[in-house]
Amino acid sequence: MAEPVLRLDKVCKAYNIGKTSETEVLHDIDLKLEHGEFLALIGPSGSGKSTLLNIIGLLDEPTSGRLSINGRDTSTLGDAALTHLRGHTIGFVFQDHHLISAFTALENVMMPILVDRGFPSPDIASTAMDLMIRVGLEKVAGNLATNMSGGQQQRVSVARALAMNPDLVLADEPTGNLDTKSADSVFELMRQVNRESGTSFLIVTHNLDLAKRCDRIVEVVDGRVVAQA
Amino acid sequence: MNRWLPFEWIAAVRFLREGRMQTMFIISGIAIGVGVIVFMSALLTGLEANFIKRILTSQPQIQLLPPDQIARPLRHGPDEVEDAVVQRPSQRVLSIDQWQKIRDRMLAIPEVKAVSPTMSGSALAIRGDASRAISLSGVEPATYFKIVRVPDYIVTGEARLTSEDIVIGTELAKDLGASVGDKLNIQAASGVTRVLTVAGLADFGNKGVNQRNTYVALRTAQSLLGMIGGVTTIDMTVRDIYAAETMAEEIQASNAVEADSWIKTNAQFFTALKAQEASNTLIRLFVALSVAFGIAAVLIVSVIQRSKDIGILRAMGTSRGQILRVFLLQGGVLGFVGSLFGSAMGTGALLYWHSAVRQADGSELFPLILEQRLFIVTALLATLTGLLAAMAPALRAAKLDPVVAIRG
Repeated sequence: MAEPVLRLDKVCKAYNIGKTSETEVLHDIDLKLEHGEFLALIGPSGSGKSTLLNIIGLLDEPTSGRLSINGRDTSTLGDAALTHLRGHTIGFVFQDHHLISAFTALENVMMPILVDRGFPSPDIASTAMDLMIRVGLEKVAGNLATNMSGGQQQRVSVARALAMNPDLVLADEPTGNLDTKSADSVFELMRQVNRESGTSFLIVTHNLDLAKRCDRIVEVVDGRVVAQA
Repeated sequence: MNRWLPFEWIAAVRFLREGRMQTMFIISGIAIGVGVIVFMSALLTGLEANFIKRILTSQPQIQLLPPDQIARPLRHGPDEVEDAVVQRPSQRVLSIDQWQKIRDRMLAIPEVKAVSPTMSGSALAIRGDASRAISLSGVEPATYFKIVRVPDYIVTGEARLTSEDIVIGTELAKDLGASVGDKLNIQAASGVTRVLTVAGLADFGNKGVNQRNTYVALRTAQSLLGMIGGVTTIDMTVRDIYAAETMAEEIQASNAVEADSWIKTNAQFFTALKAQEASNTLIRLFVALSVAFGIAAVLIVSVIQRSKDIGILRAMGTSRGQILRVFLLQGGVLGFVGSLFGSAMGTGALLYWHSAVRQADGSELFPLILEQRLFIVTALLATLTGLLAAMAPALRAAKLDPVVAIRG
């Protein structure tokens, strides 16, 4: 049986360890995400969703517990190995899209592959253009990130997250700053990618309507998983 | 995107291009700093070269003289004592013992460029009722003119020195009312007299020297000063003028002569030269430091401004090393581009200064020396300064926690 794309066993996260101000924000989180699954992570503000997402995205380390990506235990990996694993396995979509303003939309999509290979090449541009077509933005591929609407920027951000053909896409409030129509369009885009490519998605959202359209919902309250549906 | 440029280059150049105004200001700052360095370096090189040329083409770099004559009290018995104070004997004009051998030995030293024997002494130049005390130098023109470029100083006539010719200074010519082709009576202290023809008038740029210095053929001086076959000095030039003193010391240690270098005989000038070099180096150092701090300040601001971009790049798999190189390259590019503009500015200022500031007679104050090396070294140093200045901001960028960076 194939390993799940993501597995968390008893993951805890605390800040200011050993000090009087020590705070534990995540308590014994157990979570599993299968290949091709589309999961919504919900919970009130300050419940630890973003911290959990950062740990899953290998941007932060758990204080204790075990995190495995595709069956690989990440606790033994150094910074370089974690960076490599992150670059090849995980794509990120942020609430504020975070496109790099010095580059065009197409170049932003090319960026993860460029970072990995070191030098630009026509096939990187062609892969990125395919992704731009997939998100329906081929006409604005040459625009700077600042010359696009919020919805367009978030679609570019989705395309960028898919550039390395990752197994897992982590999206932190991807529709949080968008109007209803754009939010729906971006969500549908991710759902479509999930269906067509089998890429797993873990989406943090406050939008219950969107969450209900996911395969599974996990609710986090006060740093604990309180419900899974 | 240029397919030959690596990711780090592309990101560095794009970041600089995006912060256009910031980049323009810091490049202007670097250019001004580099311009000052180029201008000062070239100006001082020119002035130094001019001073050295004036000094070193009018005198030998090393001069070998007979050793000082010292009093040797004669002792006849063990009970005789020597006076506590022995009077220094007067120094007679003596020839260097076996000077041909010493000359040949000097010629065999690879660092030596030219060697010429000289017979010097004092005499009287008489024309009609006028007479003037002169310093008579008997030289072999073929070798001596390689050391002291007498032909360069000739203003009238030529530096011809047959056995009947004499070259005199312009002031002496004025005092004696003589010009080229006139005859002068040269009388040595011993009373020997020769009639010589003025072949050329020289202006050595110093009134005292123009009044005293005269040049005749070596044999003429030997016969006038009563020292047939002898020479009083052996003059030399060397390849490395700043090694002259060390060489002089070595020569003196291994030969029965006294060796004086131009450094010793022009100690004051040499001290001034060294002081000028030191102050120039100090000014350059401080300008380079201010440029470095400017680059560092701009890049630190850039790291803060771009912290989100850095976080995103880290999230998508960019290594700490790649981030480090992106910011180091920005420092290097700023330094290099600044040095190009600075070199152009410095050269422009120097050209203007060279044409605007002239000597009283309209001639140039300093020779225009723009060595390719100066620009290459300046560009390299500016680029290196940029890289070093970028080290702290680049390390800061590389160490940024992506979570904190993305949060901004």
